[in-house]
Amino acid sequence: MTAVRTLRGPLLLTLTLLVAWQVLHQWAGDTALTAPLPTLEHLWEMIGQKRFLPHLSETGLAFLQALVIAWAGGVGIGVLLGGHRLTGEVAEPILVGLYSLPKITLYPVILLLFGLGMSAKVAFGALHGIIPVALFTMNAVRNVNRTYLRAGRAMRLSPAQTGWHVLIPATLPEIFTGLRIGFSLTLLGTMLGELFASQRGLGFLLMTAIDLNDVQTILAIAVLISLFAVAANSILLAIDKRLHRGAAA
Amino acid sequence: MSKAGWIRLVVLAAFFGAVEALCRTGVISPKLVIAPTAMVEAMVKLLGSGELNPDIRQTLSSVGIAMGLSVTGGFALGCVLYWLPPLRRTVDPFLAAYYSLPHFAFYPLLIVIFGLGALPLIVLATLFAMVAMIMATLSGLDRIPRVLIKTARMQRLSLPAEIWHIRLPAAAPHLFSGLKLAVTYSFIGVIAGEFILSTSGLGHQIAYAYDNFDNRTMYGLILLVLCIATAFNLLVFAYERRLARQRGQ
Repeated sequence: MTAVRTLRGPLLLTLTLLVAWQVLHQWAGDTALTAPLPTLEHLWEMIGQKRFLPHLSETGLAFLQALVIAWAGGVGIGVLLGGHRLTGEVAEPILVGLYSLPKITLYPVILLLFGLGMSAKVAFGALHGIIPVALFTMNAVRNVNRTYLRAGRAMRLSPAQTGWHVLIPATLPEIFTGLRIGFSLTLLGTMLGELFASQRGLGFLLMTAIDLNDVQTILAIAVLISLFAVAANSILLAIDKRLHRGAAA
Repeated sequence: MSKAGWIRLVVLAAFFGAVEALCRTGVISPKLVIAPTAMVEAMVKLLGSGELNPDIRQTLSSVGIAMGLSVTGGFALGCVLYWLPPLRRTVDPFLAAYYSLPHFAFYPLLIVIFGLGALPLIVLATLFAMVAMIMATLSGLDRIPRVLIKTARMQRLSLPAEIWHIRLPAAAPHLFSGLKLAVTYSFIGVIAGEFILSTSGLGHQIAYAYDNFDNRTMYGLILLVLCIATAFNLLVFAYERRLARQRGQ
């Protein structure tokens, strides 16, 4: 019963989107928007093709590297800034300022610095993801309840024990929210990086399809990326909610 | 100014000073990055020559329209979702995954529907920025303290009075962060669209300068865009500060 209730919303949404897609197709015609079913068939066929795989793995690899850099770097910077008060106060407005810059304008600079290819995409993806992770981690570390630390000291915990039994459980929910947001932004950054000046990857296929006005391929790739994004996000969101509920209890 | 503020100033000055020195001595090749003072000089020259005025006007008006639409529309939709919890539960997973969707894949569709020119870019940027405002509105309305609403009941405020005097001011901090995100996302939407699929506008001019190895123009333009976005953010920030001070925080 609860499964039905939790699944009802997403199912209803999927259905609405599919119907809207079909209606738009009827209205706009095949040149603008192919119908849902042929598009999904085309996607299936594309995945089966041998020349599709290198593109998929290129994008996946770029995204994974960017994600590792953004997560590890962001948590590292955040712990450093959260642990040392003055450093955090100095750096926070700078980070917030960088976060609210339209980073897309910096892409040509990244291309000049890293050259065409994999490293530019990774750098651009990581650039998008690292700042929110750092900001969330910093706030999490800064807001650790002092009583917990004092209790730890009263029980004569070693630094390692304090870290494992006190700091990690206290900061994890907040940090995970940062990681989740960092995930989405890194994906956005990597995809944007692939759209311009790239020779391989899903973004490249998308640009080629746009140039050829191959609507079916455009939509098929869009659907593929969207499915991945929504699925990964739902999983992360579910973990996030569970962690927060555990922390509140 | 606080101690942290002074240190921040010194750190930033040292950073730009170091970049300047490295560029002027040729350690960093001008093919990669030009000196910060040269960027400012290029920007001033570009503004003075007036040859890019039509592009600047086009981009800024597109961003402005997209911003206005996404802020008002996002606020209205956020309120609607807040009053209709079942609808909100349904679209929640969609909203959460929204920013990892590849929006630019839908650009060809927008061109077919709205024709070439500024309109599809405005629509793209509006769709891109609106969801940030929706989410900010929702979290703002969610976090109004119960006490305030009870106070409103006790004073027998009418619904409009309650919204104007209690709910909006209480949600204001979240609305402002939504506003700031909407600014950034409008810029990203318009400029990224101009990068790939446009023949005019600042984004196109940056891409054009990049393609022609015209680093002076490119960095001048990038600096210009960043300055405009930062100026707007600072404006919102100053207003936010003033509001907070009025409330004695």
